[in-house]
Amino acid sequence: MLDILLPILLFSALALAAIGAVRRARLWRQGRPSSVPVLKGLMQVPRRYLVDLHHVVERDKYISHTHVATAGGFVLAALLAIIVHGVGLDSAILAWVLLAATTSMFIGSILVAKRRSPPPSRLSKGPWMRLPKSLMAFSIGMFVITLPTAGILPDGVFQEGLGWIAALVLAAIIVWGLGEMFFGMTWGGPMKHAFAGALHLAYHRRPERFSDKTGGEHRSTGLKALKLNDDSAKLGVEKPADFTWNQLLGFDACVQCGRCEAACPAFAAGQPLNPKKLIQDMVVGMAGGSDANYAGSPYPGKPVGEHQGDPFGPIVAREGTALVDPETLWSCTTCRACVEECPMMIEHVDAIVDMRRFLTLEHGNTPNKGAEVLDNLIATDNPGGFDPDSRLHWAADLNLPLMADKKEADVLLWLGDGVFDMRNQRTLRAFISVLRAAGVDFAVLGNEERDSGDVARRLGDEATFQTLARRNIQTMSRYRFDRIVTCDPHSFHVLKNEYGELGTAEAPSSYHVQHHSTFISELVSANKLSFKAWKGGSVTYHDPCYLGRYNGEYEAPRDVLKALGIEIKEMARSGYRSRCCGGGGGAPITDIPGKQRIPDMRMEDVRETGADLVAVGCPQCTAMLEGVVEPRAGIKDIAELVADALIIDTAADKAAQAKADPAPALEETS
Amino acid sequence: MPPNAPAKQSASLDVAVLVSIGRHPLTARARRADQDARAVEMALTLENASVRLLHAGQHESEQEEALRGYLGMGIDHIGLIEQSENADVIPALVEALRHDAPQLILTGSRAETGEASGLLPYQLAEALGWPIITSLAAVEKVEQGTAVVLQALPRGKRRRLRIRLPAIATIDTSAPAARQSAFGPARRGELALSEAQSETDETLASWQFHPARKRPKRLKIVKSSSARDRFKAAAAKADGGGGQTLNDVTPEQGAEAIFKLLKEEGVLR
Repeated sequence: MLDILLPILLFSALALAAIGAVRRARLWRQGRPSSVPVLKGLMQVPRRYLVDLHHVVERDKYISHTHVATAGGFVLAALLAIIVHGVGLDSAILAWVLLAATTSMFIGSILVAKRRSPPPSRLSKGPWMRLPKSLMAFSIGMFVITLPTAGILPDGVFQEGLGWIAALVLAAIIVWGLGEMFFGMTWGGPMKHAFAGALHLAYHRRPERFSDKTGGEHRSTGLKALKLNDDSAKLGVEKPADFTWNQLLGFDACVQCGRCEAACPAFAAGQPLNPKKLIQDMVVGMAGGSDANYAGSPYPGKPVGEHQGDPFGPIVAREGTALVDPETLWSCTTCRACVEECPMMIEHVDAIVDMRRFLTLEHGNTPNKGAEVLDNLIATDNPGGFDPDSRLHWAADLNLPLMADKKEADVLLWLGDGVFDMRNQRTLRAFISVLRAAGVDFAVLGNEERDSGDVARRLGDEATFQTLARRNIQTMSRYRFDRIVTCDPHSFHVLKNEYGELGTAEAPSSYHVQHHSTFISELVSANKLSFKAWKGGSVTYHDPCYLGRYNGEYEAPRDVLKALGIEIKEMARSGYRSRCCGGGGGAPITDIPGKQRIPDMRMEDVRETGADLVAVGCPQCTAMLEGVVEPRAGIKDIAELVADALIIDTAADKAAQAKADPAPALEETS
Repeated sequence: MPPNAPAKQSASLDVAVLVSIGRHPLTARARRADQDARAVEMALTLENASVRLLHAGQHESEQEEALRGYLGMGIDHIGLIEQSENADVIPALVEALRHDAPQLILTGSRAETGEASGLLPYQLAEALGWPIITSLAAVEKVEQGTAVVLQALPRGKRRRLRIRLPAIATIDTSAPAARQSAFGPARRGELALSEAQSETDETLASWQFHPARKRPKRLKIVKSSSARDRFKAAAAKADGGGGQTLNDVTPEQGAEAIFKLLKEEGVLR
């Protein structure tokens, strides 16, 4: 009986899966067009899966082993089951391999079950709780049914006496297993992640993220420019169908593992954002319906089941509720912790900014100080609304060389909007003293400099970003310099990764941009700086998101601190897992309330290390962390630490000192 | 019948908002004028009102960009009466308003560019023969040709007035702030051009313009030694204290009182 039933079951499950696949693909194709290399993409899936995706999964060793056993076992078992039981190829060798594959899958499914008893809060429950059982059903069913083929049980064991009953039970188990693994894969069950995930890897909207055999860095973090030349086009994403189809495909690949949720600073602060729920909401919107079936952690303070959407309905309602509330989108600090953690390589931040673009450019609904900041950027080229001609007032005594006078310099020092902030002015002063000590040929743009456009872009105002960027590019095209150095990781990221798209033939905009920590690190390696011994207390280092996760610079700041003789007491969350200070993405401007503040949590991380001082490399981080009430660790920029430790021993200084003091001794220069 | 149907029928309060080209105080870049934008905001929040924006001036790229700032508030189009650079826009505006016959005209109390004397609303009111109300803070109710409005008085006071429509109302910074101007609608909105005879402003042509000087601030001399007194003085309401409210007086008596004050203050000698 099973000989006849099994092929029927297998092929009907496959046929149903094929129908489901077509239906699912049609859901994705509701999105905007986006051209992808169809075959080349598919060919790259194995490498992207085995190398890039596995690299992320492997950060959790337990689950990576589990997944290798389960998924590897399943793929092999499924293929062999089709050959052995579907086509009926009676090969003992294949049957033995099939037994091994199902055994591997069974062991994997036990590990899956173990991790889910009880499930940690970041994992989704609901249908996901039955997945380990379904995996076991498939593996056990396939295992037992293969025993006769392998010659372990006699042929025909399932056709007499008790065998009939066993066969019935076995058939039921196999139907369950096939239902989950084949049918469920394309009809929206938990196994959907395998089907959508594979295609997502093939047609990812940032193919640059994936490694190739040549090695090198593979990072793609710059936001993609919005085309503003078509007057009638809608700007940004209003409805789920306004995403490109491969973005929708990406949302569908979510495996609801909740790693993003565990990493999200806004979620931890109790602000109404959970990256996992957001992606699931996009899936709900794409398919149409309500979020009532979502079985993971909700947005803090927002019960599940009150929101619904459809592919052609608005995501954010002007009034009342739709799919997502605007506070959810404005809670994001664009720190990219979710993207960094996502084993399915989903691009949460891109999606959030796409939706913010609509809210700002079409609704004109940037919350709190958003509108004021954008108006200031339009009218005065800086977010604070300060007189643009007062950009250099803080440096009246420094006699900074201006590009307008020099026309060329080795280093263009990009000051950023920190020039209007008294705290950041100290950092800038420190860095300039370092540059002077090292004898660097530098110049600043002075009043010609404008805001880099970072805040405008992340608040969704692509138009203002592009205006600012084009004007900056025009200004810089008049001067010659080898590289841009800046103390602001946000300007650094934007200049390095986001200006490139906006250049023209006359004013190309690909620059060699460095963060000041990288530049100081180079100066140290070149022996241009000498330092006094470090006498302060213990120090920890806070990685700025826009330097670390966005640009992969984790080492240079640490090298500089090491050169100063500082041994860094690392925080539990450092490097690519660094927790955001709460200052990115315009979050301090939109200021969505939560249960606690993100910088407070970060200073708590600092406190746990017992460090007396936290070294930072970003004006936003400095401002956010210094806003935490005392008692807390001190906050100093790397440039300040370097400047404090500098031994300035130029010939001129020595001569001056020799004249003034017959017994020259090095003075404290701090 | 849906519950909001009767409201819809009595609907369509016809509101015209006069908008001008603004100028940022620091950078002098053209923008939507703050007070005019507040007037547009007020018009947009009126229930069942049909709102029309009107500007008389030149049609050049800088002006257009500033006008698009109003379109970005969710307006489909702005009527632009083309005028030459030195034109007195009042005759053209009067003609257009006579033709459109709105029930309520809203505008900022003073422009940010040009003469900025704040006299335009008064001259319009005079030419049209309509009442004018200044410092409109809110429109509470419109019914049967009258409107109940709140007028802002110094130091946060409000006065409820009943005015007969049609009327002109000017809006200053005591009205609610204007909504954000969004780029998409601003770009898609249209400028409905219309031509009108430009009458050159002869008086204006004879004037000389030079940048304004900052007005000297009146010194507040605090003669006190204790911190408490200094704090009280700093926190005190900024007023002269010698004011006087005149009620039910003849215009002559009022004018005399004003004349006396101006003499006391040394404005007139």
